[in-house]
Amino acid sequence: MKTVYHVVKDDYEHAGQVSSKIKKTLKQLGLESRLLRNVAIACYEAEINLIIHSDGGDVTFEIDDDGVVNLSFDDVGPGIPNLDLALSPGWSTASAKARDFGFGAGMGLVNMKRVASSFDISSSPEGTHLKMSFYE
Amino acid sequence: MKLSQIKELLSVQAIYEETDEKELNHVFASDLMSDALAMIDEGETTLFLTGLANMQSLRTAEMLDIHTIIFVRNKQPDQVMVEAAKDLHLNLYTTSMTMYEACGHLYRGGMKP
Repeated sequence: MKTVYHVVKDDYEHAGQVSSKIKKTLKQLGLESRLLRNVAIACYEAEINLIIHSDGGDVTFEIDDDGVVNLSFDDVGPGIPNLDLALSPGWSTASAKARDFGFGAGMGLVNMKRVASSFDISSSPEGTHLKMSFYE
Repeated sequence: MKLSQIKELLSVQAIYEETDEKELNHVFASDLMSDALAMIDEGETTLFLTGLANMQSLRTAEMLDIHTIIFVRNKQPDQVMVEAAKDLHLNLYTTSMTMYEACGHLYRGGMKP
């Protein structure tokens, strides 16, 4: 099962809808509650990042036959200038608007890395590619 | 503490109530959603106190399995949020207290972080 959702830059109005759909789907499939919560947290943080930091991109959601949940976030830029800094707790480049929406604490990537079973990120000016897997 | 007791303690006004027959043991108070996503471990028994009255507080609650949000400083969610709360089976309340006052009352009442 594989689904791709498109996320638009600065689309604050619909922020969180992709994560909501994915969480509902996984709940219907009977995913264990702790794992479900971890997927939801990471997916929501990454979706928000696409909206507030990227020029837009895609979320690919996949669950394999062994029950492993895979999430990929692929945007079209402008990239993260310093990944090490971006992975430091509290470091943020969020705009005033993003902060008005409750984001910009500098905990997004840190939270994702904490709850994902595997976490892989690469970034260049052409785009950021984030892949996370979740399993028991 | 029973949600019905919390409602009394903070003199809340109900915006949308699914049920107040709940036992809540923890409180998390913040306007930063990533902090909530990082710190809340037992969403089903956690009361979320925030001054952020927009859809992102509801989405954060949804991701964490939180059932009850109280908005401080009389923050009023709009109709879109109320409809979303119904869909998500979320209790929404507002109190005229500041975050500090609300936390003080809850702490004195025995609620844990």
